[in-house]
Amino acid sequence: MRHIISLLMENEAGALSRVAGLFSARGYNIESLSVAPTEDPTLSRMTLVTIGSDEVVEQVTKQLNKLIEVVKIIDLNEGNHIERELMLVKVRAIGSDREEVKRLVEIFRGCIIDVTDKSYTIELTGTSSKLDAFLEAIERSAVLETVRTGASGIGRGEWILKV
Amino acid sequence: MSVELTGAEITIRCLQEEGVNCIFGYPGGAVLFIYDELFKQDKVRHILVRHEQAAIHAADGYARSSNKVGVALVTSGPGVTNAVTGIATAYMDSIPLVVISGQVPTSAIGLDAFQEVDAVGITRPCVKHNFLVKDVTELAQTIKKAFYIASTGRPGPVLVDIPKDVSQQKTKFVYPDKITMRSYNPVVKGHSRQIKKAAELILSAKRPVIYAGGGVILSDAAPQLTELVQMLNFPCTNTLMGLGGYPATDKQSLGMLGMHGTYEANMAMQYCDVLVAVGARFDDRVIGNPKHFSNENRKIIHIDIDPSSISKRVKVDVPIVGDVLDVLKELLKLLKAGKEKPDQASLKEWWKQIELWRERDCLKYDRDSKIIKPQMVIEKLFNITKGDAFITSDVGQHQMWAAQFYKFDKPRRWINSGGLGTMGFGMPAAMGVQLANPKGKVACITGEASIQMCIQELSTCKQYKLPLKIVNLNNRYMGMVRQWQEFFHGNRYAESYMNALPDFVKLAESYGHIGMKIERPEDVEGALKEAFKLKDQLVFMDFITDQTENVFPMVPGGKGLSEMILV
Repeated sequence: MRHIISLLMENEAGALSRVAGLFSARGYNIESLSVAPTEDPTLSRMTLVTIGSDEVVEQVTKQLNKLIEVVKIIDLNEGNHIERELMLVKVRAIGSDREEVKRLVEIFRGCIIDVTDKSYTIELTGTSSKLDAFLEAIERSAVLETVRTGASGIGRGEWILKV
Repeated sequence: MSVELTGAEITIRCLQEEGVNCIFGYPGGAVLFIYDELFKQDKVRHILVRHEQAAIHAADGYARSSNKVGVALVTSGPGVTNAVTGIATAYMDSIPLVVISGQVPTSAIGLDAFQEVDAVGITRPCVKHNFLVKDVTELAQTIKKAFYIASTGRPGPVLVDIPKDVSQQKTKFVYPDKITMRSYNPVVKGHSRQIKKAAELILSAKRPVIYAGGGVILSDAAPQLTELVQMLNFPCTNTLMGLGGYPATDKQSLGMLGMHGTYEANMAMQYCDVLVAVGARFDDRVIGNPKHFSNENRKIIHIDIDPSSISKRVKVDVPIVGDVLDVLKELLKLLKAGKEKPDQASLKEWWKQIELWRERDCLKYDRDSKIIKPQMVIEKLFNITKGDAFITSDVGQHQMWAAQFYKFDKPRRWINSGGLGTMGFGMPAAMGVQLANPKGKVACITGEASIQMCIQELSTCKQYKLPLKIVNLNNRYMGMVRQWQEFFHGNRYAESYMNALPDFVKLAESYGHIGMKIERPEDVEGALKEAFKLKDQLVFMDFITDQTENVFPMVPGGKGLSEMILV
């Protein structure tokens, strides 16, 4: 099962490599990983998407917790949560395709953030599966380049991950 | 106004503040300032080894036998890479170490400088934590953190990498009394409701077993474990790392369990109805195939300080995260207050069954052999030292025989590389043990293959007059490799025969030690007695043993605990 794990860690050099190293050393999957400092610059917030059985994910969270620099960790799957990912896609857009692509972008509530006479660059946010659906919907050969940030997640309502 | 000190002075001052009086190391370019400061003081004694691996093993042996943090000092580059085997050894067995390594100057980091290696990167998977100190103002606090992290929670090695320029720069020295870290707060006390549940389960047991591991030794909980076992009249088995946690000569001890555990211990583990795991982690050498183990129904209580050890290989019913000592104290209090007892009739039946298993006499061997049997050497060693020696070992058959035949009644007397299985560990570890216990009798049980992996340390032993007794069980084979090849590879002894062995007697003598070669069973006892009479001398006893002897019982890889090969 896909799990989305959120963690707060000391914003220190090498902390990220400890997390990445743990996953490779213990043979866990990383689907995506995104990390940036929080409003408190001494802390980084990381969102990790991993796939594994409940037992494996339990081990993943326990092992992450053992890392000295990890301050707090939650498995967002344990409650209601919101998940978003940002994607930038550059697509070929010539002639009648230009209107078609624009319509599709509207349907997915994205926006076009760069235009040339041959291409559009589209910004799209949503769950990872929504971004997948957009790529499915658009003609494969028209896609010139994609960049995705990996998922970020946050608990709903009063569920807060804070020190 | 306080005087400013250099990073090197600060490093040594920190060690003094931590009460460290003995460190193990090897100098080199990147640590010259630190060595210079060592030279100028006499509170911290430095033991010069002959290879950095031995420095870490010696610090490790020091730590294991004394419950202090072991400290080693190595230089950058090859100093660190040589140390890695030792660090990984300590990591696998949860031994508290602080390893200080030199690094090239900060301005040279990343430029492929002479003797540069990414020490933090290379040791990351085998340390509890590590630091690169980039600013001298952070040095004292970092060393304080290193000692704190190494010695609390589940202990482990911590590396502090100090660039040469940092050891030269000056700052005010303030050593913090206490350290608090928001990201590191190990649990000590077990959850009281869980402990209560455990007590109830213990009282309901009909076929109980207490399975005690290295956590009992590390948390100094042997007296509490012993009290619990005896109060309940339960059988107790110890892991390789847990030997000495419960007195092996007591009738309630089933001996060691696992791949080379006793028949009675493994059968009791397999067929018990309540299993109390104390500071042990159900590893592959202990329970064999976890699926086979789970075929039998039993309730499991698991006490461990590391939450990630719980339900890792075997699902448990009552997990208790906490320090073994603390949890056992609570558990004892609860059981004493309740005055209830487990069903005595069932317990009697269970002991009867265990006695039947015991009668199988799984550790028997040919006592009338005309060739020296390795088991006999260890039994004699046990008798002559009255079970009171510190025993280190290397890795292989001799290690298993030592674990089976030397009956450890006290904790911290059995020092071996259980997790990583590091050949070459024995002699350097014994040096550390001897330095931590100057009056103790220290013997290293080894084989002719293992001992050659750190044989250079005979020189260190000479320099510091360490009167170790080396018991070399010389069968001219890498015995355990040979045994597996015999059992599982059609007797094809690929590269497991040691040709061109040195004359160990002459070798020992060339280092100024005493060498003995013992070839007849009737000479074993005399040789051991004589060796221990030579109180101030290292004695290297080369016992020429039976080449074909195997370690039994044996649970082959992938098999279940009750599927033992027996003699």
